[in-house]
Amino acid sequence: MSIVIKNGRVIDPASQTDRVADVLIVDGRVAGVAPNLSSPKAEVFDATGMIVAPGFIDMHVHLREPGFEHAETIESGSRAAAAGGFTSVCCMPNTKPVNDSATVTSYIVERARRKAVVNVFPIGAITKGSAGEELAAIGAMKEAGAVAISDDGLPVMSARVMRRAMEFARSYDLPIIQHCEDLNLSAGGDMHEGANSVRWGLRGIPAAAEDVMAARDLLLAELTGARYHIAHVSTRNAVAMVDYARKRGLPVSCEATPHHFALSDQDMAPYDSNYKMKPPLRSVRDRAAVVEAIAAGAVSAIATDHAPHPGSEKMQEFERCPFGIIGLETAIALSLQELVHTGKITLNRLVELFTTGPESVMRLGRGTLATGALGDVTVFSTELTWTYDVNQSHSRSRNSPFDGKTFRGGPVATVVGGEMVWRRG
Amino acid sequence: MSAGLLGIEELDRAEIEAILARAKDFQPIQSQTVKKLDTLRGKMIVNLFYEASTRTRTSFEIAAKRLGADAVSITASGSSVSKGESLVDTLNTLAAMRPDAIVMRHAASGAPHFLARHLPTPIINAGDGTHEHPTQALLDARTILDRRTRLEGLRVAIIGDIAHSRVARSNVHLLSKFGVEIVLCGPASLLPVELAQLAPGVRLTTDIREAISDADVIMMLRVQLERQHEAAFPASEYFRFYGLRLEHLDLAKPDAIVMHPGPINRGRELSSEVADFQRSVILNQVENGIAVRMAVLEKVIG
Repeated sequence: MSIVIKNGRVIDPASQTDRVADVLIVDGRVAGVAPNLSSPKAEVFDATGMIVAPGFIDMHVHLREPGFEHAETIESGSRAAAAGGFTSVCCMPNTKPVNDSATVTSYIVERARRKAVVNVFPIGAITKGSAGEELAAIGAMKEAGAVAISDDGLPVMSARVMRRAMEFARSYDLPIIQHCEDLNLSAGGDMHEGANSVRWGLRGIPAAAEDVMAARDLLLAELTGARYHIAHVSTRNAVAMVDYARKRGLPVSCEATPHHFALSDQDMAPYDSNYKMKPPLRSVRDRAAVVEAIAAGAVSAIATDHAPHPGSEKMQEFERCPFGIIGLETAIALSLQELVHTGKITLNRLVELFTTGPESVMRLGRGTLATGALGDVTVFSTELTWTYDVNQSHSRSRNSPFDGKTFRGGPVATVVGGEMVWRRG
Repeated sequence: MSAGLLGIEELDRAEIEAILARAKDFQPIQSQTVKKLDTLRGKMIVNLFYEASTRTRTSFEIAAKRLGADAVSITASGSSVSKGESLVDTLNTLAAMRPDAIVMRHAASGAPHFLARHLPTPIINAGDGTHEHPTQALLDARTILDRRTRLEGLRVAIIGDIAHSRVARSNVHLLSKFGVEIVLCGPASLLPVELAQLAPGVRLTTDIREAISDADVIMMLRVQLERQHEAAFPASEYFRFYGLRLEHLDLAKPDAIVMHPGPINRGRELSSEVADFQRSVILNQVENGIAVRMAVLEKVIG
């Protein structure tokens, strides 16, 4: 079984490739990147005028299985990933039961093997039940396939527990990912604390809720030497602090989501829960700082924090609606729109943020088109005009603020292990 | 979405003036022996109150009846809410009974705005969380205008838990549209700096004496220290620093009036003497509530 992707502009930052060439994949591995490649029985995909890149990695998604299959399944989430140009996703452990044991990790790995159309890598919980108290079975989860640990959505509030977790993460050589939010400061808030929260009478989540925990964790990372990663960074202070720590040589990193660099609290439609997520859409100034941090190289990865919730849960009073939006299918388009078309970053840098960047944090053994590499390829266009219709989404959920938006540029085809799992219809 | 009344913020000055003028027409009716008109005869109004309320609910009910409409009141306890039905399902059910308007109070900010996007029935906001209470601001404006020829150029102090006050927000929006100088005053933890951006002409102070100085109108807010999510202010010293006492009134304009949306807490946000003070217009506010709500119902349904 082989496939040749012809005449695209191949951008592979890992091998410093940027030229028009063909990509040949044979038996699930990259057989070569060169002009005029062919293979007798190879399926041919004409990528003329398009970008051909190593398969994109989304290091932060919620697939909701097991336990919340009404919102998403490993299968539906993986199809949304494929339609978004992603060949690998890392799924957070806040399922039911929480992925805090080798049993649950193995279940996810097995379900993914049978149902998923992209590679699925489970992230294990830091603490049992993500309750923030007792450490989860970190070593056993790693053996079962967990690639990182995180209590995403339920930040580890105890500095002592976080310190111990970091020590374990380091000894197992796993990255530890924190959703930075001091729950005492966020105090049941529903959106960013600012002029709009005050105007709309909604409880605010101050930027300081994120900053305080980021600061604490970066100090603990220095104490323990752990590979520490801040999920969905959203404030100017948090990006500045992680950059400072990184420049001092600490193995720390952060990711940014498309919604945090594309939107601010000024863009919210009042009381529309499709704009409700954590961290909340921040101020114009914070949003600009995240964009600048991406441009300056202080952000390692773009991750979606794809968080499906069924319509019934989002059709409530704003303060009762759950946090989170889906994001797999709009990530490339939003990144092109906000970062590349605006001249903030180059196309090469964009590809890094979806490949070598997350790979450097998660170490999945992917993110390159070097000969012999796993045959994951993302084909996208910078010019294609298309409109996002959330009702056509592959996700089981519909909670996106980008419904109806017309984009310039987006995914065109997704190849996983040499097999085309999605192409634009 | 049908036109109801969700908030003051989205109204323009002419719309507000029209409601206030119409409310003035309805004022004499309140003291007639026969108080009933037939303007809205055959119309049905549902009062849906998810939060306890005596005066606002009664006021809307009386307003509806004086216009000849039928009114049904539903409170959250004893309704399907306690059986776990979602808000949108409850409202869809009510809308299917074809009322001409739904008057709604809810503890969640934006609840009526959310429903208005999904329902054909006009919704009148009778207070949503800590967001807006539009008819309160309208009746407050009517009450001020009963004693002043115009709002322009007045100085109004609003004092209390501004952060959690829908009355304050609606009043700020209304008064600002008429060029009123507004001073918001309260303990720092209940006075977020962003309030200054709510509308033009708003100033903040934590000093009650500064707030009252040269004021034409002093609006005291009901303080519900027991309902705060956290202890944002030491309850024991609230009255000492933010309670309105007779001696404060010397700082205001000689003919300044004292207002309160009620129900009042004597000895908490204002002294008993101030509550009974001759220039306290608290009961006039209540009376105007009916006239203003008649004007609003007529505008929305008529």
